[in-house]
Amino acid sequence: MGSMKEELEFLFSLVVSGVSIGLMYSLIALGFVLVYKATDAINFAQGEFVMLAGFFATSALTLKGMPILAALLFAIIAMVAMSFALERIVLRPLLGRPVISVIMATIGLAAILRGLPPITIGAQTKALVLPIPDTPINFGPATIPPIQLLGVTVSLVFLAGFTWFFMKSRMGVAMRAVADNQQVAMAMGINVERYFAIAWAMAGVVSALGGIIWGSMLGVDTQLALVGLKVFPVVILGGLDSIIGAVLGGLIVGTVESLAAGYLDPLVGGGTKDFAPYVLMIVMLMFKPYGMFGKHKIERI
Amino acid sequence: MTAMMSIDPATLPAQVLPEVQLRVDGVSKRFGGVTAVESVSMDVVKGQILSVIGPNGAGKTSLLNMISGFYQPNTGKVMLGGKDITARRPSEIAEMGIARTFQNIALFSGLTVLDNLMLGRHVRMKSGVLSSILYWGPAMREEIRHREACEEIIDFLKLQDLRKVQTSALAYGLRKRVELGRALALEPSLLLLDEPMGGMNQDEKEDMARYILDVNQERGITIVLIEHDMGVVMDISDRVVVLDRGRKIAEGTPAEVQSSPAVISAYLGVKK
Repeated sequence: MGSMKEELEFLFSLVVSGVSIGLMYSLIALGFVLVYKATDAINFAQGEFVMLAGFFATSALTLKGMPILAALLFAIIAMVAMSFALERIVLRPLLGRPVISVIMATIGLAAILRGLPPITIGAQTKALVLPIPDTPINFGPATIPPIQLLGVTVSLVFLAGFTWFFMKSRMGVAMRAVADNQQVAMAMGINVERYFAIAWAMAGVVSALGGIIWGSMLGVDTQLALVGLKVFPVVILGGLDSIIGAVLGGLIVGTVESLAAGYLDPLVGGGTKDFAPYVLMIVMLMFKPYGMFGKHKIERI
Repeated sequence: MTAMMSIDPATLPAQVLPEVQLRVDGVSKRFGGVTAVESVSMDVVKGQILSVIGPNGAGKTSLLNMISGFYQPNTGKVMLGGKDITARRPSEIAEMGIARTFQNIALFSGLTVLDNLMLGRHVRMKSGVLSSILYWGPAMREEIRHREACEEIIDFLKLQDLRKVQTSALAYGLRKRVELGRALALEPSLLLLDEPMGGMNQDEKEDMARYILDVNQERGITIVLIEHDMGVVMDISDRVVVLDRGRKIAEGTPAEVQSSPAVISAYLGVKK
């Protein structure tokens, strides 16, 4: 046991690391929330979207020899195009079908997307090196890698941007109307399908950014899709359709993970980091099934 | 004397000749083996209030859904000002100037009264995605113009104190009024109202009836009204269409319809 000061410094560095990782989970969860908010579809392939974005970026970089910024732009555009296409081909035909159909379709989609990289460009892990320095940045007693700082910045900018978009912009308000009641939105002259496509495209942008940042941290291979599993505790804690919920859910999951890794793992020999967020998720489902900020849906029967 | 009685039709003012704004021509709708509407035809004259009445399950709402594009009729046509709109989508029909309200209140519940009205103006908004996000120049002027149009409706329906209130927090009667306002925000030439007074108390009904008359007379909006309250229907309608089990059984002025044996038997179940 160290001194009191050392203990506090240890705690502080765990929290800093948890918060920064957590905000990066929020970014990925945002892609999930955008789709759910506008279209009511639960996208189980969100992690695979992130993985694919990483592959797009590394392929452009290594195979085509693009400069880094062009490669990142390519990844974003490719993800938007792919989201548009998937919405059009796979999800739109399922409009109005039971929720379970959409869920099963996205689970199937996830498996297919995970299979794509190994059969095209190979399964080995590829590095995605961003032009930022390596030396960790000091935050008092805690240190944080520059890539995480970049991730936190990107997350905060996009989370704030989308909050503004949904609260204030005309398109954002129309998108909330579509999510609220598709039939009535149609009677208002709102082209519902167009807004569905826009929501998926926005999710594509967010997934691309997530894939670039997580890919450069962990390396790009099919394992990258596992980041998507963290999305579920995040959105259940925060509320499936709430952006601010995605932020807080991400912060909680990141911090709980980090504390579990710091305090529990040494006692039991490891592994608690990965399931602690799910324990929290199940507790939340028992007591507050709509999450902290989720909208309660009351249906007339 | 007889010379004074004869009138040359060419000298009549134009509004005396009825102009058909909406023509429903032999529409039918079947769901599986059930026929909800069977070859119903009716003409809605510009500037009039036409009410559709009938017992529960007579096919009134199905008829409205076919006009507004939510249902595709199995047979027949819907014409707006001579143009066939049968196969059009609901959002396209809204753009052509047909607004509607719903039987069960269908406001966007997480949004404020003002946001709901502004969404009613969606089809009137022109400026592009980028400029509306940046909120500058033409987009800002347009936003102000739309806001003014909504304020006018807010004054008309006396909703001044409720602009920023979420609609889920409003009393039932007020929500129905906001829904009417949202339909008006679209600046429709034809308004379809599905039981706008359903579940209201007598005072609220009288208010709503006055608003409907004002909409019709001051704004010149043609109205198709589905309503159960016979007193209101007979008071405010120019014409009444009666449906029973999907078929049209009578049509005429309120007085004509009230004395029709077919209508009396449909409502009271008298054997023919």
